[in-house]
Amino acid sequence: MTENQTAIAYLIAGVFFIMALRGLSSPVTARRGNFLAIAGMVIAIATTLASPHVVSYEWIAAGVVIGGAIGTFIALRIQMTALPQLVAAFHSLVGLAAVFVAAAAFYAPEAYGIGQAGDIHVESLIEMGLGTAIGAITFTGSIIAFGKLQGLITSNPLVFPGQHLLNALLLALLIAAIGYFCFDQSPMIFWIIVGLSLAIGILVIVPIGGADMPVVISMLNSYSGWAACGIGFTLSNNMLIITGALVGSSGAILSYIMCKGMNRSFFSVILGGFGGETAGPAAGPGGDRSAKSGSAEDAAFILKNAGSVIIVPGYGFAVAQAQHALREMADMLKEQGVKVRYAIHPVAGRMPGHMNVLLAEAKVPYDEVFELEDINRDFASTDVAFVIGANDVVNPAAKTDTTSPIYGMPVLDAENAGTVLFCKRSLASGYAGVDNPLFYRDNTMMLFGDAKKMCEDVVKALG
Amino acid sequence: MESVGLDPFVIGFTVFVLAVFVGYYVVWNVTPALHSPLMSVTNAISSVIIVGALIAAGPMDLNLSKVFGFIAVTLAAINIFGGFIVTRRMLQMFRKKK
Repeated sequence: MTENQTAIAYLIAGVFFIMALRGLSSPVTARRGNFLAIAGMVIAIATTLASPHVVSYEWIAAGVVIGGAIGTFIALRIQMTALPQLVAAFHSLVGLAAVFVAAAAFYAPEAYGIGQAGDIHVESLIEMGLGTAIGAITFTGSIIAFGKLQGLITSNPLVFPGQHLLNALLLALLIAAIGYFCFDQSPMIFWIIVGLSLAIGILVIVPIGGADMPVVISMLNSYSGWAACGIGFTLSNNMLIITGALVGSSGAILSYIMCKGMNRSFFSVILGGFGGETAGPAAGPGGDRSAKSGSAEDAAFILKNAGSVIIVPGYGFAVAQAQHALREMADMLKEQGVKVRYAIHPVAGRMPGHMNVLLAEAKVPYDEVFELEDINRDFASTDVAFVIGANDVVNPAAKTDTTSPIYGMPVLDAENAGTVLFCKRSLASGYAGVDNPLFYRDNTMMLFGDAKKMCEDVVKALG
Repeated sequence: MESVGLDPFVIGFTVFVLAVFVGYYVVWNVTPALHSPLMSVTNAISSVIIVGALIAAGPMDLNLSKVFGFIAVTLAAINIFGGFIVTRRMLQMFRKKK
């Protein structure tokens, strides 16, 4: 293939990737979108294999077979509740792969046409330095995010004195190292850049608490795109630049949406320290307030006699693996003529859109599932709000209590429904560590217990 | 035409800026219900850096660069297969009311 043909083929792959993301604008076209993305990837790889640079295929075949087998095995086995960890782990691999590609280009620059070993063009050095740095930060940052999501390390924010100063110092050192790299392209400088970036990746993510993980995972998604971009600049490959920019902006938009869903600024998330047990006193059920509680039979009676029900699922319900029991309950209600819908808060779950996937897995039709802004007004005209495994996202204090840490966060107005059935283990506070006044409202009935068990008991009582 | 001195970086940067705009408008059109598949599919396509790894792993002679290329090919392949398959699994679950 000539260079021009290669460039055109790469362009086609880039267009396929754009069309793939376009396909995700509706569940109807989404599967075709994924197929287009696969086609784009096949074109990109085939084009590279046909280029004159590639003459030996054994190692490549081995790598693809080993990697492909591992990837396929994991992707087929993974549970949908563990999706956020999986995505974090995958992000780390993109970051690490970017570091290795940069290292390969550093040791054999002639293969990429960016100079000779020890005499690489200055521009390429800067691009290589940036690509390496972003890749390495993505790698360790994603490992930490994976550990927090998987529960291998505490999801509480890890803060220590002088943390921000240390981070700033390391960042300044990193920039200096990349600058110095232009003058002294010794392997030592290259690996210093890698080392500093790895350290920064760890230190930037450890202070961020579990509640902010949806932002972190989106942010790392964005970084993995920028890392691909950096490599694209190093190799003067426009398709890599296009793809990296698409992924980078996608992750950035998701981070923005998640921040807005929690009414937190991106900066305060990055600075960390929010959420988990360290965040403020989790005020106990203070004063003379008391919560009414009911049994599964009471809940079944109320639900059966309702005209319409809105179910508000939270992450707790997914942890309890209650999706199928909940859908069974909803099916029985629908048979009895009750209108059932689901309301999803933007940050329900541990990653953007997580709750929608979990509901889809339980075969809940997606046209019964609504986003916050589309359904929030309907609570007032709904008989029952059934809150299950959620807490902070229905906390009315976010609207009224200016001292609350979650003040200003958009919340689902579940309290406007005729009756609120609140299925929860206890009156404990949620992820943000704040008490929920909704527990003590007159129209609220607490259903204490495990989400799955409660749904099954309601099903029994309905039957 | 005087095109002498047009740096490859400028071409790359032009492509980059335009692609960011395309990404911005395309991604805002993605329905929030599909944000998880969006993330896994973007993760898969960012593994297109495998093309850089293929070039490193492609030459005949064995050297450090080829070893790095092999590792990067393997890592990216995990992502490509894993990312596309998990996206497909997710998307197949999204069904309309019967």
